[in-house]
Amino acid sequence: MTENRKSTILTPHGLTRRNALKGLGAAAGLIAAPGFVRYGQAQSSEPIKIGFQCHRTGIGAAYGRWYERTTTAAAKLINEAGGINGRPLEIIIEDDGTDPKRGAEVVEKFANQHKVDLVYGTLFSHVVVGSAPAAGELKMPYYVVSEGYHVASGKMNRYCVQPGITDVKAQVRSVAPWIANNLGKKITLIYPDYAFGHDHRDFFEPAIQAQGGQVVAKVPIPPTETSFTRYLPQIPSDTDVIYHVMVGPAVLTFVKELGEFFGNSGPQLFGFIDSLEAVDINSPGLEFLDGSHFWEGMPRYAQPDQPDYVSFYRETVGIDENGASVDDPKDVSTAAHMFGCWETLYVIKAAMEASGYAGPGDRAKLIEATEAMTEMEAGREHPQGKKRFNGKIHQVFGEQNISRVEGGRLNVVHRTSIEDGLYEPEADYTTMSF
Amino acid sequence: MISLLPRGKTLVLHIGIVLVLLALNFILPEYHRGVFSRVLVLAVFAMGYNIAFGYTGLLSLGHAMFFAAGLYGAGLTIYHLDWGVWPAFATGLAAGLALALLVGALALRTTGVAFMIVTLMFAQVFYLTTLYFTTYTRGEEGLVLRQQARVLAFPGGALDLSDPSTRYLVALTLFTLVLGAVLFLVRAPFGRSLVAIKENEERMRMLGYDVFANKLLSVALSGLVCAASGAAYAVLFGYVGSGFAAIQYSILPLLWVLLGGAATTLGPLIGTLLMFYVIDLASSHTTAHLLVVGLVLIGLILYFPKGIVGTIRERWAPWLP
Amino acid sequence: MAFGPYLLLATLEGLVTAAVLSLMALGLSLVFGVMRVVNVAHGEFYMLGAVLAWWFSTMLGGHPAVGFLLALVLSPLVVAAVAFVAERLVLSRLNYEPEATIVATIGLLYIIQQLALSFYGADARPVEAPFSYRIQLPWFGYSAYKLAVIAASMVMMIGTWLVLTRTKIGLVMRATQYDRETAQAFGIPVGKVYAGVFALGAALAAFAAVLIVPIQQAHYLMGHDPLLLSFIVVIIGGLGSLRGTVVAAILIGLSDGIVSMFFSPTLAKMLATFLVAMVLVFRPQGLFGAAAR
Repeated sequence: MTENRKSTILTPHGLTRRNALKGLGAAAGLIAAPGFVRYGQAQSSEPIKIGFQCHRTGIGAAYGRWYERTTTAAAKLINEAGGINGRPLEIIIEDDGTDPKRGAEVVEKFANQHKVDLVYGTLFSHVVVGSAPAAGELKMPYYVVSEGYHVASGKMNRYCVQPGITDVKAQVRSVAPWIANNLGKKITLIYPDYAFGHDHRDFFEPAIQAQGGQVVAKVPIPPTETSFTRYLPQIPSDTDVIYHVMVGPAVLTFVKELGEFFGNSGPQLFGFIDSLEAVDINSPGLEFLDGSHFWEGMPRYAQPDQPDYVSFYRETVGIDENGASVDDPKDVSTAAHMFGCWETLYVIKAAMEASGYAGPGDRAKLIEATEAMTEMEAGREHPQGKKRFNGKIHQVFGEQNISRVEGGRLNVVHRTSIEDGLYEPEADYTTMSF
Repeated sequence: MISLLPRGKTLVLHIGIVLVLLALNFILPEYHRGVFSRVLVLAVFAMGYNIAFGYTGLLSLGHAMFFAAGLYGAGLTIYHLDWGVWPAFATGLAAGLALALLVGALALRTTGVAFMIVTLMFAQVFYLTTLYFTTYTRGEEGLVLRQQARVLAFPGGALDLSDPSTRYLVALTLFTLVLGAVLFLVRAPFGRSLVAIKENEERMRMLGYDVFANKLLSVALSGLVCAASGAAYAVLFGYVGSGFAAIQYSILPLLWVLLGGAATTLGPLIGTLLMFYVIDLASSHTTAHLLVVGLVLIGLILYFPKGIVGTIRERWAPWLP
Repeated sequence: MAFGPYLLLATLEGLVTAAVLSLMALGLSLVFGVMRVVNVAHGEFYMLGAVLAWWFSTMLGGHPAVGFLLALVLSPLVVAAVAFVAERLVLSRLNYEPEATIVATIGLLYIIQQLALSFYGADARPVEAPFSYRIQLPWFGYSAYKLAVIAASMVMMIGTWLVLTRTKIGLVMRATQYDRETAQAFGIPVGKVYAGVFALGAALAAFAAVLIVPIQQAHYLMGHDPLLLSFIVVIIGGLGSLRGTVVAAILIGLSDGIVSMFFSPTLAKMLATFLVAMVLVFRPQGLFGAAAR
């Protein structure tokens, strides 16, 4: 309910809803009526409607809240600058409960009831995969901000794109050389025993082997687990580096228990900040993380040398020096991921302008225009940094940050290059039919 | 001697409902037609649950495993083996039936709350199994079944299951078949003996009935119907994932059946439909939609303690099956 | 790590799990035993206890022990009050019909979850432990606080046992459990007893939650897994048997940890769950329950 303020600005739910209910009793003629005709006539003034599939409830709610704030900020900015093709942007939010079944229903609702131009903003992999068939069948462009490898794998369909955030395969490949050269060559992997964790396992091992490193043990943690100490003895004593990636509410426990178990004598730690997104790094029990390293998509803490466009982005979204909400220092953001919403909206804007998008009839053109993109320069539209888009696999590649925990903050110590993360495409969406 | 076939008001009502549902395919706005397709498939799940819970009194908290067995049986064979929809669907049914027989044979050694917990734990084992074999199932992330693979082949033609109208009609066909089967079941001697077991197991045993065999058959039938729903979900909507094996999908059919009315033929449909629209409408109007859902559930159970159809039957229409 | 120390660690971890689980399961068992109500919202009372613990402990500054102790006292009381009201407003009106109460408590679950999400948020927030001593064993380090959790749980269990067996309140509760009608005939205010039991059950869950938040964190979805586990514990232990509840909690706590020494973790969880289910299949009344009536 505290979230109400934000959404009511942009979501005129009531009207469309009532229309739809009226329609329930009406005859078949009503189905065909809205859509192209009206769009054609009133093209210059009708807003461009973007359906935002938001994790408001369920396991993704902490991310959902910040994805919503980032989206709201970027949409406002775009509208103040004149909108897209002279039309204002309207964001319509529906909660998917972080559930794949509900996700698919929400896509249908966006398409058939809200009559949006495209759907956007999904984070959790299972919701993306669960919603993708609906998006494909409805021929609805589906711009996800999920960091999963699902889009790049070629298993989705031509309407699914991920142009705003680097996928996990590229992230993992980017950080492997730095780990091998700076932390050690014998690595133990600790990861959740489901698809997200398996991606880390399967992509990291070849990447570290290419650097002369070696995975000495793999510790998959069942996702229903809430305490982890009992698995820690499986870490071999000759391990140089523990590579950990956990998601969900229990991750803090995991990191704390690592600390209790090893004290100050353990191996080096390298983690994915996914474990601690929306969690204060200065939480009690996390002291021992000092000196350990994390991957960050975009730095949570303001860095001394950050460009003006980064400062501008942080200010517009409303996060302070420490990456927390300017209104509440305890409300820590999901900084390493949420920039993807901002950048994706700007990619949508660019693609709509390039294709002269006028209405749902131009959806295929919109996808083609997105596929045609290549280099994206760093700046206000891409505050995380420059990007390279691969139209064949619908996936963007960017630079990654490796940060060290020092004095209760995360300082960026290394920035990987785009080339570090590139891999051979395994698919080609552009050959698929619309 | 009671006729096995429904007649009179009952027959008119059920045929009428199927006809109304058929007509809705042509008049519902697109979004709501999609909703009804889903609800019809899930109502089959609820009807399957109702066989064990409503009619036989077996309160299971593990029916997600039967739904998921159908889902994975159909989904994995299509995804990995490129099977057609018919054999894949049959595999889903066979998987559900086999699992139900196995689980039934073990779990039916217990009764009451112990049965509830044993089924819950078996379902949890099944859920963990879908994660353990993430290599094949992609675990919680799940798999997308390609649109081209979701085609129902007939001699002399094929139906594209991703087409909204076809999907609706296929879902309605499955729903009608199961509704007819349940209607038949409640009048058949077997169905009557199930209800009698629910009312007084000891008496049935003394009358010489093989209570265990009857209950096992009930669980098997229930599991088969739930698997049909799961297999249909996979081929109609093209997604297969572990989420459907998790505990909430064991609780949902219980909720749908209780809201609609346990041991009624139409309760599962009404409950599933109602629950969907409560969530859908609430989440359109407020971000705090779980609050609304919770209040509605409590309100309904306070004023319709036997579920909607159950209360109607109790107060106004005792002839309702 | 060598087998011996590994086993020690797995045992310690199992005991901590068991300590928290048995408290929570005891609450569930009371409600189940006395009222015959399957309280699906029990996990949410646990969650509420944890969230309130975060709230109380951050209200005061100073030494973390002060905030923690405040939470340990206040949080169960507030949760008990919430449960009391819910019982009076909803469950009592349903006449404790088993099936109706399942729906009602699912409704309650949604309401509590939404309130926590709206007012507390979706983040996992830790509570500082009252003390943070780390015991360094030759093979590994271990948190002293975890050992304290085991002790606190034992004290609470013994306390509850004394109340149940040695006081008039306990007698009244047991009488209500055995035969509701007769108890009513003897002038026992059954309604009030039920509300009290429901509140006490919720308070025990909240107490367990306060103990666990310095180890885990308060999160609005945290009630889910402990709810399933405590259901299992209650039934495996045998309804109404406090001894059974404790033994079952230890069995479940240890089986997970020790089976995971030999198999990959997810497989271990599958096997442990399956084995415990088989215990119930071959002993349906639970370990210490009387044969079915």
